[in-house]
Amino acid sequence: MSTIEVKKITKKYGEFLAVKDASLSVKAGEVVCLLGPSGCGKTTTLRMIAGLERATEGDVIIAGKRMNDLPPEKRDIAMVFQFYALYPALNVGQNIAMPLHFEKLSKDESDKRVNKVAKILHLTEVLDRMPGQVSEGEKQRIAVARAIVRDPNCFLFDEPLSRLDVELRHSMRGQIKEVLSNLSKATVIVTHDQLEALTMADRIAIMRDGMIEQVGTPHEVFAKPANVFVASFIGTPQMNLMEADLKSFNKGMASVSLAGSAVEMAADPAVSTLKPSKVMIGIRPRAFTAESSAGKSTIRAQAELIEPMGAETLVHARTKLGGDIRVVVPRTQRVKIGEVLHLKPDPKQTHFFGENGRAVRA
Amino acid sequence: MATSTTIWEKLGFRKASGVTEAGWGQTLLAGLVSLIYFLPVLLIIITSFKVQNEAMSVPPKFFPTSFFGLIPDVYVFSPTLENFTSVFSRAFVTGGAVESTGFDRFFFNSMFIAGSSVLLALVIGTLAAYGFSRYPLKGNDTYLFIILTTRMLPAIVVIIPIILMFRIAGLSGSYPGIILLYTAFNLPFTIWMMKSFFDELSLDVEDAARIDGSSELRVFFKICLPQVVAGLAATFVFGLILTWNEFLFALLLTGIDTRTVPVAMNQAVAGGGIGVLWGLLAAIETLFLIPVFLVTFFLQNHLLRGVTFGTVKR
Repeated sequence: MSTIEVKKITKKYGEFLAVKDASLSVKAGEVVCLLGPSGCGKTTTLRMIAGLERATEGDVIIAGKRMNDLPPEKRDIAMVFQFYALYPALNVGQNIAMPLHFEKLSKDESDKRVNKVAKILHLTEVLDRMPGQVSEGEKQRIAVARAIVRDPNCFLFDEPLSRLDVELRHSMRGQIKEVLSNLSKATVIVTHDQLEALTMADRIAIMRDGMIEQVGTPHEVFAKPANVFVASFIGTPQMNLMEADLKSFNKGMASVSLAGSAVEMAADPAVSTLKPSKVMIGIRPRAFTAESSAGKSTIRAQAELIEPMGAETLVHARTKLGGDIRVVVPRTQRVKIGEVLHLKPDPKQTHFFGENGRAVRA
Repeated sequence: MATSTTIWEKLGFRKASGVTEAGWGQTLLAGLVSLIYFLPVLLIIITSFKVQNEAMSVPPKFFPTSFFGLIPDVYVFSPTLENFTSVFSRAFVTGGAVESTGFDRFFFNSMFIAGSSVLLALVIGTLAAYGFSRYPLKGNDTYLFIILTTRMLPAIVVIIPIILMFRIAGLSGSYPGIILLYTAFNLPFTIWMMKSFFDELSLDVEDAARIDGSSELRVFFKICLPQVVAGLAATFVFGLILTWNEFLFALLLTGIDTRTVPVAMNQAVAGGGIGVLWGLLAAIETLFLIPVFLVTFFLQNHLLRGVTFGTVKR
């Protein structure tokens, strides 16, 4: 079975803790994205799975076998590198055939396999060229072809699309997703691009400072962020995170002092466990509706900066307390600079975070 | 489009069409400067075709033909191949029998000794450099520094202990002796050069090869080595030139059978009562130039890539 299991893996470089107690399991046919800002340890985690780095503590289990002490060539995995890592001295065909070398295939069989993947990835025409003579997009596809030419235990991708321009990235995302869905192998993709993660992954593991903060489906991490970091990291434009005073909670309604306005809003029943105190409230920019007049559950803010984004318009508005709220309004709704907005948050898309930064949810 | 032509452009110092290409004026200037640098070599080559009195004549005779009377006779010499034949065999006494000079042997010695020692240094040095680059020891830089210190003293300082060591080891005058010495002499340079080439390679490529199932040996031979061919060529040529021209160690540590050309040249030209045989000396030098010239010529594409390695990133 093609599975990957990482159990409480830790990596130390001297005193520096690169990865701490990260656990993750990937089922056969599942694509898991490791997502996080640069330097959060996601590539280190991937390299430990690949065997290119030794785990200081913890276990790496691939296809049900503990692989901690095996070198990469014994782990039967395929990996696509960020800078493609094509062999400069071999031509494209030889590059793709390289992983087949140890399968002791006949020349015919090996050629057949190379031609097959070349066809899938539209590389047939460049098979005789050297890596230095192909375009960036082709290099990327060669790297993918080299990974899928064999039938490994699992696939690892290290920032596979980061070097492509926007359009190529878009089309490659689709192509890789399609290729992967036909292979049904456990796959780990490292990326810092949340759009890449949200579109390609079955599940996303969000990392920060060497720790996995949350693992969930793209829908889960977006709709139910586990903590303030995940909430702020996922979603563009960024979620509004505001400090608020929780005054009381009564029959599902919380009254808070939010951005200088007294607001009543429906809240998760778990909020009742919070004592009246400082809380963090997160509201996505698209979860506001601009009301025509002030109400019990509106926040008053003044439009300061308008950024048209095409279909929608991003409005930066200043609250009474001087904080900044990002609001996305439909293109048709004209907002002028200086206009006073009465913003009503959608209670279903409003998140309460306790003092420890964790989401308060039933 | 109005184009104004400056005086510099008229003189060919800048091409109006593009700034990246040199104009003929610049090319000419560069050619002139090169000629000044090349002049000593050119004079040697010309002299090798002159007989003794023409070689010594004032003003010097530069031209092998008068170009249909264009050049005054006083600058024209009559070319001869006599010097080249006398490199290999000549009469040592005027009117005496023609004897072999042994120079065929000396040329073979030079090629064999320089070639094998540089190759040996290249093999050992490349392996060592890969080790230093990929599997650094604790205090790696100190080791590298120590390796370099062996070249920090002038040869003349270390020659006496080396002579004594060679005497005791019985290596004096033998091929293995001088080859080993030159190998040691080339190693620091080879290790430092090759290490810098290996350092430039992308580690990802090697990791990819490991993941694709390559053993460490295969990573080295199939992945790393082909990428540093330019470096190998450059190191080989520089090492060869240094070794080819080496005089001091060769003078003191080679015997009659293992004598190299620079030493033999020195001994051949002291021509009895008639002073230095300039024509003969020039002929030996000209022949001596050819092998290194050929090697450099055939490796020059690699050489250029070798010396500019690392200046262009990925």
